[in-house]
Amino acid sequence: MIPVHYYLILSAVMFITGVVGVLTRRNAIIIFMCIELMLNSVNLTFVAFSSYLGNEAGQMFVFFVMAVAAAEAAVGLAIVIALFRNKQTVNINEVNILKW
Amino acid sequence: MNQLLTDTLHTAPIMGTIVLALVVILINAMKKDSLALEYWVSLIGIAANIGLAVWAFPLRGSAFAGTVMTGGFASLTAAVFLVAAGLTIILSRAYIEKIGVNFGEFFHLILMGAAGMMTFAAGTDLVVTFVGLELMSICLYALAGISRRVHKSNEAALKYFLLGAFASGFFLYGIALIYGMTGTTNILGIAQNIAAYKSEPLFLVGAGLLLVGFAFKIGAVPFHMWVPDVYEGSPTVVSAFMSTGAKAAAFAALLLVFTATFDFIHSSMNTVLSVLAVASMLVGNIVAISQTNVKRMLAYSSIGHAGYMLIGITAGGDVSMAGVLFYLISYMFTNLGAFGVASIIENAEQQGTDLENFRGLYYRRPLLAVLMGVFMFSLVGIPPLAGFFGKYYIFVAAIENGYTWLTIVGVITSMISVYYYLRVVVLMFFQAPEEAEAPQVTSGGTIALLVSAFGILLVGLFPSIVLGWMGGLF
Repeated sequence: MIPVHYYLILSAVMFITGVVGVLTRRNAIIIFMCIELMLNSVNLTFVAFSSYLGNEAGQMFVFFVMAVAAAEAAVGLAIVIALFRNKQTVNINEVNILKW
Repeated sequence: MNQLLTDTLHTAPIMGTIVLALVVILINAMKKDSLALEYWVSLIGIAANIGLAVWAFPLRGSAFAGTVMTGGFASLTAAVFLVAAGLTIILSRAYIEKIGVNFGEFFHLILMGAAGMMTFAAGTDLVVTFVGLELMSICLYALAGISRRVHKSNEAALKYFLLGAFASGFFLYGIALIYGMTGTTNILGIAQNIAAYKSEPLFLVGAGLLLVGFAFKIGAVPFHMWVPDVYEGSPTVVSAFMSTGAKAAAFAALLLVFTATFDFIHSSMNTVLSVLAVASMLVGNIVAISQTNVKRMLAYSSIGHAGYMLIGITAGGDVSMAGVLFYLISYMFTNLGAFGVASIIENAEQQGTDLENFRGLYYRRPLLAVLMGVFMFSLVGIPPLAGFFGKYYIFVAAIENGYTWLTIVGVITSMISVYYYLRVVVLMFFQAPEEAEAPQVTSGGTIALLVSAFGILLVGLFPSIVLGWMGGLF
């Protein structure tokens, strides 16, 4: 059996990849994909802990995370489409009317 | 079965608001031009739900296997969010017609958002807290971008969405690590064995990530970058709802999750919280001076106010918890009013909330100018308005708990804030009016603003009544 910390290291690497992607990428869709990667690394952490602890609460939490991520995707992609219709771009460097 | 019924009954304000939101969207689907009907159904429903919250107040305990809190704290915060939602709906009826976004889902989203806030602030299990947070946030993402042909509204929604979802990622990772260490997501369960995990590095990392998620939602420096852009770009009534309801919900949940259970907050987390508080007070109040747009100025001021409330959370103890709740109530009335005035001043193109547009407002719309003056004085914290007592209770509690230096920073930044709040008052009353049309004031808008001003006066003149509700809540 694979020890639990292997899963934890993998999910931490996934989470950090997502964070770095959000901070460095400039395309709204790719940023959104990086956020999804972060959420999925959280799911992996939950499942790993759940199986390690022999406790089903973590697996139940994963269902909630997946459902919420789906709802977020629906609203988020709608926002990106509304922006694209107005500006013909999803590059966040060009989304800059609001600044001090 | 019986248990299920009891639990549903005891969480009646949340359930009732969800049902109300569904009724409103069904009316919209079935009937054409139903804005007026939806408006009245929403308002009557909100009044009924406030009644339910009052009724549920003595039923202190928990429901649904210890995952949701009932009565007491949950009822009080539910009533606050419902009042905020109700005032927002009254303000928004004329506003959404003015800017051409009178879609039926507007009221639905506000009601669903209010239900999310209540769930967020009542969850005693991190699953419920998370679901409430997301229910609130997703409604607000959609509301921020509801004016979909306006660039700045698109931009505000995109920024809010990306940063909000990013923050949710941290929030969740924190929950996952805490779950891994403690084997439970119930905050009372976590609290029971807190001594055993207190110094576990992974648990501390988890609590820290959870705090990052909360700091994003309350808009504390250095996680505040989205606040000015989102408050400026969103339709003004939505900014009003966000800056009062969403902020209050995040603070209430922070109180519940951190202070009620993580008792180590009085050791290792205190330094972090006080740094957040000081940075928020300084950045919020100093940057607000240079703003020329009133919505953006209010956004920076709301960052500063988050700093004051964080003092209360840092200090801990029953008195300062009650102080934070008191502050949230007074801030809710004040900021809704201030954004409400901005929403009336604004024109159909969603422009015209600059300081210049307030010049000589007293000579064009005396009542509006007087009300805005009341809101500004309350934000400064001048007695006998509610804002004064909010700050007073927090500062007193901080001094009693040995955080005198935080209080000193708080008082100094309050003095700085006098400059930019009173600049608005000076412009309105002592400057010649510009050659412009007087803004259209509707009876609904006036009523909402009068209710806010009345609330500020009432809370300010009789603070002991409001504090009495909070007796023994913690």
